[in-house]
Amino acid sequence: MKSTWKLALGLTSAALASTAVSNAAHAEDLTLCWAAWDPANALVELSKDFTKETGIGMKFEFVPWTNYADRFLNELNSHGKLCDLIIGDSQWIGGAAENGHYVKLNDFFDKEKISMDDFVPATVVGYSEWPKNTPNYWALPAMGDVVGWTYRKDWFSRPELQKEFKEKYGWDLAPPTTFDQLKQIAEFFQKRQIDGKTVYGASIYTERGSEGITMGAMDVLYSYGFQYENPKKPYEMDGFVNSEKSVKGLEFYKALYDCCTPPGSSNAYMGEGVDAFKSGQVAMHMNFAFTWPGLQKDENVGGDKIGYFVNPKGPDGDQFAQLGGQGISVVSYSDKQESALKYIKWFANKDVQAKWWSLGGYSCLNSVVKDPKFPSSQPYAQAFLDSMAVVKDFWAEPSYAPLLQASQKRFHDYVVAGQGSAKDALDGLVKDWTQVFQDDGKM
Amino acid sequence: MTEAGLTMLNRTADNVARATPEPLAKRIRGISDKGLAWLFISPTILLLLAINIFPLFWAIYLSFTNYRANRPNEAVKNLGLANYRRILGDQDIWIAMQTTAHFVFWTILLQTVIGFTLAWLIDRKFRGHAFWTTIILVPMMLSPAVVGNFWRFLYEPQIGLFAYAVSFLTGIPPTNVQMLSNVELAPWAIIIVDTWMWTPYVMLICLAGLRSIPEYIYEAAEVDRASNWRQFWSITLPMALPFIMLAVLFRGIENFKMFDMVNLLTGGGPGSTTEVASITLKRQAFESWRTGYSSAFAIILFVAVFGLANIYVKALNKVKQR
Repeated sequence: MKSTWKLALGLTSAALASTAVSNAAHAEDLTLCWAAWDPANALVELSKDFTKETGIGMKFEFVPWTNYADRFLNELNSHGKLCDLIIGDSQWIGGAAENGHYVKLNDFFDKEKISMDDFVPATVVGYSEWPKNTPNYWALPAMGDVVGWTYRKDWFSRPELQKEFKEKYGWDLAPPTTFDQLKQIAEFFQKRQIDGKTVYGASIYTERGSEGITMGAMDVLYSYGFQYENPKKPYEMDGFVNSEKSVKGLEFYKALYDCCTPPGSSNAYMGEGVDAFKSGQVAMHMNFAFTWPGLQKDENVGGDKIGYFVNPKGPDGDQFAQLGGQGISVVSYSDKQESALKYIKWFANKDVQAKWWSLGGYSCLNSVVKDPKFPSSQPYAQAFLDSMAVVKDFWAEPSYAPLLQASQKRFHDYVVAGQGSAKDALDGLVKDWTQVFQDDGKM
Repeated sequence: MTEAGLTMLNRTADNVARATPEPLAKRIRGISDKGLAWLFISPTILLLLAINIFPLFWAIYLSFTNYRANRPNEAVKNLGLANYRRILGDQDIWIAMQTTAHFVFWTILLQTVIGFTLAWLIDRKFRGHAFWTTIILVPMMLSPAVVGNFWRFLYEPQIGLFAYAVSFLTGIPPTNVQMLSNVELAPWAIIIVDTWMWTPYVMLICLAGLRSIPEYIYEAAEVDRASNWRQFWSITLPMALPFIMLAVLFRGIENFKMFDMVNLLTGGGPGSTTEVASITLKRQAFESWRTGYSSAFAIILFVAVFGLANIYVKALNKVKQR
């Protein structure tokens, strides 16, 4: 009987001890918060190496894009401790810095010899700096992203279509370099029968609820001459946001929506665009570059059937593309900031960044993207590089949310619902944005 | 009660008294009935205060400030009535209110007419009426999230059955039947779905009203040789009217707050065509993070619904007293 008691006591002690050990290990686990998408899966794979090297476990909190901002901005605003590390959207950086949600990384970067000069300049400005163009860093560029286009290479290369196109438009059917060319191609394919199926010209962003139509329309507006403010006088928007060139750009976006999109695409964003392209509905497809690895692998439309091109030029030859992507930050409310910083240090490593790209993430490190082998490493690598060279970003002000909501409303009212003129929409936008900045005491 | 029963009850009371510890028994005996009642309802009152009353007063307080939930560190300024003035002078808000009124009017009209007609037909007690009642009630039992997604697919112009049905009946190509993308059609797309889902609810209330009419009134009318139409106009409709008005009140309040269906079907679009007041409120509160401003808007909506409902209830009471 005594021996039975001893055995029971021994087993209980062992169980308690092992629980304590496992609890101690779990206490060091870091939670990384991000959106639920393909690159997040790649990051899970990549982070296994971090756990191997440091013994620090990684937990992930991924939220679908539709709830991503709501979920994590609420978390940050309520000073929640869920996330130790967060990969936050580029436009959050101003608010997150001013409200103290992110740890400022300057001292850490200096100590660890992490230089922002080693990263693609546009991603440093877009994902890390607040105020913009000042050496105040709140994130490490983590996932480069930009709006670009995919096209059906197999359709474009059909001799009968090439012949018909040349006869109609006088130039060879090829990836467009200007928006006028893009519209001609889209018109050419609109409601065309290919392999017994009706196809359409292009899938573009039209989503109303979050940021979709703004991300899409801006691609055209930038290249047509839109500017957020007077370069010489901050927050002076009249004559820049609603310039004649901007009006023409918005009119073009509406014309593209009216002439050449599939039926019912009045609320389309990333997911709907991918669906339209994958199901063989459209000849061209506007989307963030993160979708490209998945499309490249697709059995029906990927491989040799898909091609990539940079957002085309506007009428004056200007060429810009909407910046996407995010930086990785340490949450200031985390109790495990030291471990979180270890993760940042590890993630900034050259080899880790190279592996990140190979797994489907988009590295922002110069040594990766400027490697001579980079352009040929993936069929979309060159288009990504060229796109990243021409990026522009939406306001990253702390009040980006009302600024974004205003543009969503103005653009959707005009482009999709056909209410008023492009000039009305942009004049209204100047009025709305002025109100936001006045509320902020900046005007 | 029998004598044996009384004896048993006394014994039980004695047992309870004996079992209750003396100090506690004394304490309970010392509490009046009113005190005991307060003791029992106080947890509920506290919960109500915490969940309903406090947030209401907090929202009223916030409505006079520039508070923004995403700027917790920013100093909160008292703006007086500025938020209210801005809302009442905002053209977009008035457009949203008009859109809401449009939805409320048409959904109530359609649901009341169809719901009452269905109730009247079901009340005929034809063969299989119980089965049909159950079938008609099904949409009401579904979750709005399911209904919204289900109808979104039905309305899909390339694969949706609705577009094909319209195409079959009218000859218009299905891809041209863009219920959710078309500015003219989108409001009606939502009205159709809401009517489909909530007409059974109106039917159920009207059916209760129709079944409450005593049979002898109809028998007396038969004796007086009143026609069916006369019976309907002079007996059925007036006696069912309080029930119909009750259904209108419930649906009116619900549809004034309509959010889930619109959010799932159109998200307020195309443009702002279907942006009802609740969608505007959500955008201001949780997308633009104008907490003070949206609190003022919520208070205005609350006062509007509360005021209109009170006027309506007074009218309803008058109808009931007739």
